[in-house]
Amino acid sequence: MKAWICRKTSKSDAIRKELLFMIDQINATLRRIPTWLVYVLLSLPAPYFLYLGATGGLGVEPINALERKLGEVALQLIVFGLTVTPLKRWAGLNLQKFRRAIGIMAFAYVAMHLLVWLVLDVQILSQIFADLVKRPYITVGLAGFLLLVPLALTSNNVSVKKLGPKWRVLHRLTYVAAILGAAHYVMLAKGFQVEPLIYLGLVLGLLALRRVPKSKSRRRAVA
Amino acid sequence: MAFRWTNDLRPEDVTPEAVFMNRRQLIGGLAAGTILGSAGMAQAQEALEPNSWEDITTYCNFYEFGTGKDDPAKYASSLVTDPWSVTIDGLVDRPGDYSLGDILSQMTVEERLYRFRCVEAWSMVVPWNGFELADLLELAGVQSGAKYVAFETAYRPKEMPGTLFPVLDWPYVEGLRLDEAMHPLTIMATGLYGKPLPNQNGAPLRLVVPWKYGFKSIKSVVKITLTDTQPPTSWNKANPREYGFYSNVNPNVDHPRWSQASERAIGGGLFARRKPTLMYNGYEEEVAGLYEGMDLSKNF
Repeated sequence: MKAWICRKTSKSDAIRKELLFMIDQINATLRRIPTWLVYVLLSLPAPYFLYLGATGGLGVEPINALERKLGEVALQLIVFGLTVTPLKRWAGLNLQKFRRAIGIMAFAYVAMHLLVWLVLDVQILSQIFADLVKRPYITVGLAGFLLLVPLALTSNNVSVKKLGPKWRVLHRLTYVAAILGAAHYVMLAKGFQVEPLIYLGLVLGLLALRRVPKSKSRRRAVA
Repeated sequence: MAFRWTNDLRPEDVTPEAVFMNRRQLIGGLAAGTILGSAGMAQAQEALEPNSWEDITTYCNFYEFGTGKDDPAKYASSLVTDPWSVTIDGLVDRPGDYSLGDILSQMTVEERLYRFRCVEAWSMVVPWNGFELADLLELAGVQSGAKYVAFETAYRPKEMPGTLFPVLDWPYVEGLRLDEAMHPLTIMATGLYGKPLPNQNGAPLRLVVPWKYGFKSIKSVVKITLTDTQPPTSWNKANPREYGFYSNVNPNVDHPRWSQASERAIGGGLFARRKPTLMYNGYEEEVAGLYEGMDLSKNF
């Protein structure tokens, strides 16, 4: 009986070791990927969507479709950015090197999403102002974008050095912006729709993971 | 009694689909060359030009098949539309199940080129084929106590993948006041461009009320009930603050989440200009009398 238990634990130990080895290998590979490549890869969807929109690939109403696609990628990148810390802490996966690229590209997609809304969708200046004030989902979305502006502006080495510990505090605005972005999507849905709620759930879940006390994760990492 | 309403344009003015699409490609090419200049051109052109078959059949809201605009075109083929019958009951002289063939044999199908304005602020022009709802109601014999007409869409989870999610309280229901239902503009559509109605557009039989937001024009109708009380309607049940019973197209009463003052005509591509929305979707002359003395900002 005891021997059986022993064998079982040793087996799971072996799996664990293999897993750690795999993660080390992935980390080694990630270290070799230059960050510029991440910028390039993450920017590819934008011209692709524009091409689709211009050639009928986004259907007969390409303006709204393009707006949605850009907004979705922005949300996905925001969610991706929020996974970096938990992935390091709980899985030992090291994506920190790419966090700035993910964040800046998320900002770029939010900005393009906003630009399509302004220029192609609403078009009429007076209506834009009316919408900003009167439509809560637009107010919330714009607030999210505005919060991202100082973060994008300070996403460089000079600012990190200059701001010191304040930089970390400032960049916690990401959390607020992420909630606003997901809420913006939930608020514009007609009827009860699942997809926006999934994004909101992911954002809230990833933020909740950050509230787990340090000691617990350390114990796990050691075990 | 068909042909009680005729369009300003005669049926022969409806451009054949193929010619129309070629012409628009030409216009599209011109517009691409003079992006800014084309805005004025589009505004000046007031005559109703029907949207293409592709526009009308690939950009649909039919949440029983999913909430994406392309979902109905992808999934609605699973809906079995033959055999089809419509239950007509409530305050009628001859209640019962009316088979579609039976109904059609007694109706006069005509062409109606109508504007179609979605509550989401996009619009199309659709060449429907159909008959007047009034004729169908007369077939069943409306009793004097009837004041409203309630409609119900088929609810078949096995054929309608979208109904697996509680997006709305299924089945989809709609309603009209009796005078709205009897209005000569109100039709039951059975076709598009002279062809049978595709499933995604509400086959085999759907309501079309051109002066109301599109969601009032309930699709794939299986039940019509004459009542003396205002019937519940799906979007009003889902969000009474945003969707009223009347839901007449009105540029002066905004949806709480977006303006209804302007709309985007589908088919204009990436650089389509918005155009002003017309009161009662351009049918003010015909229907304004139905709402005389009503506060339209309250009865939205």
